[in-house]
Amino acid sequence: MLLRHTTDKVAERSALTINPAKTCQPVGAMYAALGINKCLPHSHGSQGCCAYHRSSLTRHFKDPIMATTSSFTEGASVFGGQANILEAITNIFALYDPEIIAVHTTCLSETIGDDLNQIIKKAYQEGKIPKGKKVFYASTPSFKGSHVTGYSNMTTGMVQYFSENTGKPLKQINLIPSFIEPSDMAEIKRMTSEMGVKFVMFPDTSGVVNSPMDGKFHMYPKGGTTIEQIKSAGDSSFTLALGRVGAMSAAKLLDTKCKVPCEILDLPIGVRGTDNFLDNLRKVAGVHVPDSLMMERGQLVDVMTDMSQYTYNKTAALVGDPDILVSTAEFLVDLGIKILYVVSGTPAGPKFERRIKEIAGEDVKVKTGANADMFYFHQLIKGNKPDLIFGNTYAKYIARDEDIPLIRIGFPIYDRVGHQYMPIMGYKGGLRLLEKILSAVMDRQDRDAPEERYELVM
Amino acid sequence: MRKVAIYGKGGIGKSTTTQNTVAALAEAGKKVMVVGCDPKADSTRLLLGGLSQKTVLDTLRLEGEDLDLEDVVKPGFKGTRCVESGGPEPGVGCAGRGIITSINLLEQLGAYSDKWELDYVFYDVLGDVVCGGFAMPIRDGKAEEIYIVVSGEMMAMYAANNICKGIVKFAESGVVRLGGLICNSRKVDREADLIQALADKLGTQMIHFVPRDNMVQRAEINRKTVIEYDPSVGQADEYRMLSQAIDKNTKFVIPTPLETEELEKLLIEFGLEA
Repeated sequence: MLLRHTTDKVAERSALTINPAKTCQPVGAMYAALGINKCLPHSHGSQGCCAYHRSSLTRHFKDPIMATTSSFTEGASVFGGQANILEAITNIFALYDPEIIAVHTTCLSETIGDDLNQIIKKAYQEGKIPKGKKVFYASTPSFKGSHVTGYSNMTTGMVQYFSENTGKPLKQINLIPSFIEPSDMAEIKRMTSEMGVKFVMFPDTSGVVNSPMDGKFHMYPKGGTTIEQIKSAGDSSFTLALGRVGAMSAAKLLDTKCKVPCEILDLPIGVRGTDNFLDNLRKVAGVHVPDSLMMERGQLVDVMTDMSQYTYNKTAALVGDPDILVSTAEFLVDLGIKILYVVSGTPAGPKFERRIKEIAGEDVKVKTGANADMFYFHQLIKGNKPDLIFGNTYAKYIARDEDIPLIRIGFPIYDRVGHQYMPIMGYKGGLRLLEKILSAVMDRQDRDAPEERYELVM
Repeated sequence: MRKVAIYGKGGIGKSTTTQNTVAALAEAGKKVMVVGCDPKADSTRLLLGGLSQKTVLDTLRLEGEDLDLEDVVKPGFKGTRCVESGGPEPGVGCAGRGIITSINLLEQLGAYSDKWELDYVFYDVLGDVVCGGFAMPIRDGKAEEIYIVVSGEMMAMYAANNICKGIVKFAESGVVRLGGLICNSRKVDREADLIQALADKLGTQMIHFVPRDNMVQRAEINRKTVIEYDPSVGQADEYRMLSQAIDKNTKFVIPTPLETEELEKLLIEFGLEA
């Protein structure tokens, strides 16, 4: 009972967060940067930041995550980090030879007020950046937002620095996913290809943070969107942003900067989420949904209906990243599961709350932002126990203390594998998520069933 | 929209000069916004008639990020739009970060939007350029022209020279330029010649020499700019001339800061000759 001191009495708190339901902006920025081909993320701050953010991602993906740091010292904190990063840029290109460096800031460099725009311009002027190579940056102070905000800022930075409207329209559409697994990005690409639609997806971490073991070390795995592709996004005919909190800002900038119109969708989780994605894809690209995808849909619907007696009227509490929560909630409602609580440390705003209530009904308790922490989530659960918890690894302590099955979604997942390689998005991914839910429910039923009710066939 | 920042040594009269200049511009029909970048939050007092204004950062602290532009922008003399960035109390926190936060917030809230049809935005910035935060108004093209308020006193000139160093750094890769020195007279010997000589060395101009006049003090006691308090006095005309000079200014340069020895030599040359 690690959390035995948590009570069900929710007290008013104004300046205390206990076990936040989010992590640092740079974690997301680093992850997004890895979605560019041959890109090395660079942390402009002291070493501890970079070490923590790398290890968060490494523990989640079980793949080594490469990133460099400006290694701030006492001196850099006083005089600013310009000298450090200029030297870093020279060293990085000499030693690690990436195509591009994606710099993100940290709390310290933001507080000092380093002007990275000016510093990067200076690096270009002084010839520190080899011909053809690129450096860009995103501002990611962790005292605002969360890892999802950092991901969004870095993705927006890609548009700001590279996307260009050359006046020659291309017959392709842009896909901008929110902070999701590489397996989900791959699934979204697969479905889009299946539809016969030409597209550019960025960032795209599939093949980067879940790269195969071939006996050799690859500093830069094959995956990732190329700069040429990101540049060409400015000539695309349309943008579909998947996930409002993580992907909207980049899509909107593509609209204002390059005049590429956009639609902001929820993530394609479950039947409705995926239907909506494919339907929009169909409309903007003028194609038909092929039978192959209809078959996958049918299979998912089949299992949902076959097993509905196990999911119907169950209750669930959800914690984690807002875009994933919205779409998961929708899928759960379609399974007949009643949603009690939705908590996210990411400040997702009133639109998120409205959307969740639209999906799950007015009774659902929703809270976001710094005070929406794991402690509060646990208190809610103590007040009225759900049958299932959906959340990241940190929710395992609550799940254990309250003896409720935990279904792992979102970031981070440090204690299970599979999420890197197998999607929860699309119809196929829906089937996997459904399998997880059913297994959790049935395992629990088997565990608790008296002998006379212990079923062979379920 | 012209984006102007006023820098200078602490106590030199930046806020007074800024507000009187802004009042003169407003009187001439210009639409102006003033952004005070000083934790003391006294950059708009004369335009607002002494009304204490809730600062951006106070509002942020009390009400969170969900605020409206009207919460932080107050209308002052002849429709000028007044904002105080604010900051922590002396001895705690980070005032520099405060300025970064509040300018970012103003941008987010659309304070600079075309719908206000602003002719000018003025940043009134605390003291010397001391850290990244205080340089915020000259970064990313937020302010494009800088005027330094200076007098014939050594420390004021020293500060002006230092500020020029800051401008050089940002001018090399950005759009910010020095528009000139505003001499706010302290009745030092041969002051105008001295500042003119300093301006020449810096590669800029003395855009106006504002004589010392007790009228300014009297107007301040009444929480007004001179322009508002007594539009007919000579000092009001001085500010009008200054505002016209700024309005017509076309000389924008990357300054050439002096070495300290050179600066001292200048002072001795003019000071001893008198």
